Order: sequence, then structure tokens, then C-alpha cells
Amino acid sequence: MTDINIDIKNKTYHTADDKNHTAISDLKLSLPSNEFICLVGPSGCGKTTLLNIIANLDTQYQGEILLGQQHTPPKIGYIFQNPRLLPWRTVRENIELVLSDQQSPEIVDSLLEVMQLTDIQNAYPEHLSLGMSRRIAIIRAFAVNPDILLMDEPFVSLDAPTARQVRSLLIELWQQRPHTILFVTHDLREAIALADRLIFLSAAPMTVISEIPVSIPRAERDNEAEIENFRQQLLTEHPKIKKLL
Amino acid sequence: MRLSNKTLAALSLILLVAIWHGLAVFINDNTLPTPLVVLHVFWQEIESGELPHHLGITLLRLIASFSIAMFLGCAIGILLGRNKKLDAFFDNWLIIFLNIPALVTIILCYVWFGLVESAAILAVVINKLPNVIVTIREGTKALDKDLLEMACCYNFSKKKTFSHVIWPQLHPFVMAATRSGLALIWKIILVVELLGRSDGMGYQLHLFFQLFDVASILAYTIAFIAVIQAIELFVLKPLDNKALRWRR
Repeated sequence: MTDINIDIKNKTYHTADDKNHTAISDLKLSLPSNEFICLVGPSGCGKTTLLNIIANLDTQYQGEILLGQQHTPPKIGYIFQNPRLLPWRTVRENIELVLSDQQSPEIVDSLLEVMQLTDIQNAYPEHLSLGMSRRIAIIRAFAVNPDILLMDEPFVSLDAPTARQVRSLLIELWQQRPHTILFVTHDLREAIALADRLIFLSAAPMTVISEIPVSIPRAERDNEAEIENFRQQLLTEHPKIKKLL
Repeated sequence: MRLSNKTLAALSLILLVAIWHGLAVFINDNTLPTPLVVLHVFWQEIESGELPHHLGITLLRLIASFSIAMFLGCAIGILLGRNKKLDAFFDNWLIIFLNIPALVTIILCYVWFGLVESAAILAVVINKLPNVIVTIREGTKALDKDLLEMACCYNFSKKKTFSHVIWPQLHPFVMAATRSGLALIWKIILVVELLGRSDGMGYQLHLFFQLFDVASILAYTIAFIAVIQAIELFVLKPLDNKALRWRR
């Protein structure tokens, strides 16, 4: 895995009233290989736009995305807010569809096992709960063995216990198969529970306000009091962030 | 007493035949024969081979014109649904062709190309094509953009995107076009045969009309309905069940 550098200038929208609205004026991100990074920012600041630019779903911008020193587009695994599974394909087929010809389908078995979904591999997504669908979307993203894994608030609208369960499964999977993850959220507690490093973003036009490493050891991330302490400390030390959220 | 839906459906059919029989007995005229007389004629026509022959020819014409209309209609419909400029350009053409009366296209095809088989097929295709295009175009416009983005992001090839993402979403629209198409083509094909062919169901019905042979007309109608029911039961339903097994 190589590091990924992202440098975006001038991402502008043409709004309905014929005005140019700058979403991102100048944004530089450096993503060290296999790091879990959470992007935290107010809603509407352009976090999803940023992920879409990285995933090449949005090409209306200037600047570049560098994978190491090369200009080849990075291989992407994208976990969308809505799982976006094909309802007419079974769980297994949904995952197998994203594999390249060189990949062996055995990877699907091991991923299903870690995510505890082996039993429902032949079910159709419409018959499953949202939490299960989210887990399948996570497996699908890991299955392509991506250079960078994008996650757009993937635990939104899950109830707290389910979100906690899926989060810990995600971390288990990531520790077994390390990848660079860019995780977007507006929930600071969730970000602290997951990330190696937090990147705070301002409202549009988006810029990086500060980058803060999370010092809590992985083994203690389940401890909610620990997370809350870290959050309080962070907000007292960085009034800018407090204002932002 | 609780009756199942199937029993109810059967009872309603029996009631319809009973009403027909009652009316026929009451009127007591050749213009409305009883169900038994019609059944007798139906059997005679099958034994003589006349009905299977003409029904077969009409069916062949149906298959030919239906396949061409569906294939072209799907291709053009998807193209227009995906390309806004093309859609804006051809929208008026569609409205014009949708509104030309079937009879006019049939007459024009016979006048321009002669009383030949290809003119008959062409007339049916021209009548059906705009319907298929409009249905498939609307289906294409309603495609889920989220799923298309997902396919793009995970580097699906064009072929994979079409067969796994686009076609399953178009399936209900294709089935709607198929069902409405079959119903429409059946009706148009009879007029085409009546006006310019010397075989087929339409030609036979025209003959019976001139002879005021209502029993034969009704016998052919029964054959007609039976064939449509068979297509629905043995072709369309299984296709639907197979494609929609993922639904809750």
C-alpha cells in the first residue's frame, strides 16, 4: 500500500439561481497508508462531495489525486450512506459482482465469516435488516482490496446497539485486513471511537481546520467514559472545533 | 360458506356462459347461437384443420411483428431515456406516431409497398413501436442513479452494468410493454389481415361476416382468448415469477 495525497482546488457548483458557489477552494489531504481517518465537519460542508471526487463520481473540479507519486486513479471501495445493494442479487452475488477476474471467490467466504453473515449469504437484501445490509456493503468494499476505503456516514439511522456492533465488526475486519480508510461523520463520539486521526473541516468553502490524533488505545475504545473524556478535553482545548459542531 | 378465489373465478365464468345461453334461447335467432352450437362449430373447425391453419398464420405474424417492435423499441427507448438531447429532438416524432390511427398506417403500408407479407408486418410494427419506446424510455429515466454510481465506482464493465444493474430495473417496464403490446398487436393484426391478406384469423372473420356466420365468429373468438390465456399462463407469468423472486 502506498500513501495517498489529495489536492483539490476550486470545486464550484452552478446553483439554480445562476450563481457560482464554491464548495472547496483549496484542500490538501495526506493519507498515510493503512490509517483510519475520520473527517468531521458540519452537515452541508461538502464531505460527501469530497468522497465523490475521490471516487471519480464527481469530475467537476481542478487539482489532483496522487497515489504515492503516481497519477493512476486509486482503486476505490465506497460504503455509501445507503447500502446500495442490488436487490435482485443475493448477498453473495452482490459481493462477487465487484471482484475482478483475477480474484478468487474464496475471499467472500472469509469476509462473510468475519462479519458473521455466512448463514444469510443466499438471501436477498430486501429480506434483511438495515444493520445486515450495512455489513454486506462493508464486505463488498473490502472485497475489492481497495487502495482507499471511503465511508460516508455508514452507521447513520442505525439504533445505538446495532451501530456499536457493526462498528466493532468493522474494526475487527480492518485490523485483519488493514486499508486506508476515510470515514465521514458529523458525530464526534463515533469518530473518536474509530479513528487513528481526526481531520476537522470547516463549512463551505471547505478547508482543513485542524488534524488531531486519537491517543486512546484500541483496546479501550469500547469504554464510553474514555471516549467522552477525550471529547471534552478536545472541545476545551480547541474552541474552534466547539464552534464548528 | 367461504369460497376460495379460484372457486369464485370459476363461478363467474359459469355465470357468464349461463347468461349467454339464456339470452340465446330467449332471442332464438342465428345472430346469437347458444354456447353449445358455438362449441360444436369450434370442434368442426379444429377437425377440418381450418382453425389451426389460420390461427397458426396469425400467430406467426404476431411473433414476427412483436419481436421486431420489442427489440427496436427497447433499444430506442433506452437510448432516448439516457440521452436528453436525443429525447428532446425525437419527442415530437413519438407524439405524432403515437397518434396516427392504426387504420391509416395499415392502408398507407399497403398502398406504398403492395399487398405483401412484409407490408403487413411493417404496419403492425409501426403501430406498436412508439408504445414500446415510450414505456422503456420512462423506465430508463427512472433508473436508480445511486446504483449506477455504485457500478461506476466499483468499475463494472458496460456489459455487467447493463445485465446486472439496468436490465433488472427495466424488467417491469418491459413486461408492461409486452402485455399491452400483445393486446394491441392482436387487435391490429386482425385488421391488417382483413384489409390485405388472404389467410389468417382476420381474413376468416371477414369471410364469416359476409356470410353472417356468427357461430364461426364466436368459435374463432374462443380460440383467440384461449391462446392469449395460454401465453399469459405459460410464458409471461413464469417470466415474472423468475424475475421477481427477490421481492418481499
